[in-house]
Amino acid sequence: MSIVIDNMTKSFGGTSVLRGIDLTVETGELVALLGPSGSGKTTLLKIIAGLEWPDAGSLTVHGADWLRLAAQDRRIGFVFQHYALFPHMSVRDNIAFGLTVRPRAERPGRAVIAAKVDELLHFLQIAHLGDRYPAQLSGGQRQRVALGRALAIQPTVLLLDEPFGALDAAVRRDLRAWLRNVHEETGSTTIFVTHDQEEAFELADRVVVMGDGRIEQIGNADQIHDHPASRFVAGFMGATIELPVQMHAGRAEAPGLDASRLPRRALADGPATLFLRPDDVVPVADPAGRWQVTRCTSNGALLRIDLSDGAVQIPVDLPRRAPEARGLSKGSRVILRAEAGAIFPAMTTVPGREATPGAVTAFPRKEKSL
Amino acid sequence: MTATAIRPKRVLPGFSLSLGTTLLFVALVILIPVIALVLKGAEIGPARFWAIITAPRTLSALRVTVTAAFVATVFNALYRLLMAWVLTRYEFPGRRILDALMDVPFALPTAVAGISLTALYSANGWFGGPLAGLGIELVYTLGGVILAMTFTSVPFVVRAVQPVLEDLDPALEQAAMTLGARPWVIFRRVVLPAILPAWLSGSTIAFARSLGEFGAVVFIAGNLPFKTEIAALLAFIRLEEYDYQGAAAIALVLLVLALVLLAFSNWLQFRAARHLEARR
Repeated sequence: MSIVIDNMTKSFGGTSVLRGIDLTVETGELVALLGPSGSGKTTLLKIIAGLEWPDAGSLTVHGADWLRLAAQDRRIGFVFQHYALFPHMSVRDNIAFGLTVRPRAERPGRAVIAAKVDELLHFLQIAHLGDRYPAQLSGGQRQRVALGRALAIQPTVLLLDEPFGALDAAVRRDLRAWLRNVHEETGSTTIFVTHDQEEAFELADRVVVMGDGRIEQIGNADQIHDHPASRFVAGFMGATIELPVQMHAGRAEAPGLDASRLPRRALADGPATLFLRPDDVVPVADPAGRWQVTRCTSNGALLRIDLSDGAVQIPVDLPRRAPEARGLSKGSRVILRAEAGAIFPAMTTVPGREATPGAVTAFPRKEKSL
Repeated sequence: MTATAIRPKRVLPGFSLSLGTTLLFVALVILIPVIALVLKGAEIGPARFWAIITAPRTLSALRVTVTAAFVATVFNALYRLLMAWVLTRYEFPGRRILDALMDVPFALPTAVAGISLTALYSANGWFGGPLAGLGIELVYTLGGVILAMTFTSVPFVVRAVQPVLEDLDPALEQAAMTLGARPWVIFRRVVLPAILPAWLSGSTIAFARSLGEFGAVVFIAGNLPFKTEIAALLAFIRLEEYDYQGAAAIALVLLVLALVLLAFSNWLQFRAARHLEARR
């Protein structure tokens, strides 16, 4: 059941939440919508579910125009962030809800529903909880019940809003592997929303990075990590060091910077910005270096080093046993060697996202489908 | 240093003093009059008591009271549920004013309400005239009694249901939608069970209040024995006639009814709390 979203926009009272979304999700895929809060990811999910409606654009699922269908007629399984279990119904009745509300003609018989619920309770490993009420369950158990309730109607698409957001770390890890299993066994097309990179990359086939109402990049962990498609993605993925550089024959140049290990980029000569992660930078001792160590602390494995040139502060993470670490202490002068990094042309006009000229990078900003 | 010197202090100071004051007040204002009434009733003796409350005029007054209170409560239960729904679910100009108006029947002296209702609905009043043209008379009829009781018990249902509706997680209804439930099914199976205890207990309190309503009713009812005379008024008339036993017997019946309803209301609340103890 492929989902095709085309040029979708949505605003709430003058604030644009989605600014032109194009996305295709293939049948059986597990896709994560990853982004900070306010990036529009939950709104996109709710539009797919039929709980919100876009201002413009189209949503086509397996050839059918879903914007003409009410939420009730889409047959989606939606798992809410706080589960939204019906508090006055037992676990069993919660899971059966979607079957019991069907019109009489389509409603399966009592015995069929009971059997289906039993099957799901076993599948979700909560067979012993059938007669409890939601208030008597732990967070992880409620999450399983919520998923069971969504799966009971055999949804064409499974949508999950921050499925693990309200759980503690251990339960989260546990449920993540379990959800992956559920996805593989049911073969359903699944889209989930998260702000947690680790969760998105570990669980999803493809990750859609969203920022400020746009899709910034689509790809897997390595692609997004190594080749961020925009300044936003670079920053979101942890490249917090921004160095102004000059491009010259495809290489970045700046005083006190050795960028020779970076591959050449197809960028015009001129000003640009180099985005670096603290662990992709190696300080190399140089008595005439531009940077000076202002602080150096160790956690045993890593040295956390703060560098300064008097104006700019840069944090660097260096393995303590790295050869470059020898002799490094407060006051040492160094130059920077970039091991990896992303380069974007300098912004030509003052702020506003529109000012970013089309970045020429290995991965295009938007992809229909990989 | 003695142990008492470092004994942790309660958040509210003077616990024993404040509890004592509360209990004294409850005893003086609520318990003693109720006990006095029960004792007075006990003096009468079962045979005499039975004779008083089964007298045709008493029975008729009780019937009028219970019937009118019941009709008023059913009307209020349905209509005020709608009002609570409108007040919580929609945003519109004047919503806050409408919300504040709900409490007017609490604040208004009931006699004032009775007089204005009588003025409005009498044959030459604003509403009474046109209604008389349609053949509907409210003043000095059972309809008038119902009208007065309806007016004074408006806030109970609204104020009972409103907070529950406000607290109802919208995700519950959305979840039901995604599972294929139509609006009416969502209301019946998701919203109604959530508000039912509050709704029923609000209605029960409204019923209890209507049973004892006096001020608003006496003006509009006309107080015709066997037709529009209510129990509270009959007790008052007995008192005026120095028939203390008759007054006490009728009052006792009203008291027992009210207590039963109150207990029912509390039981509903208690039952509702069962599933929701540990909610989130």
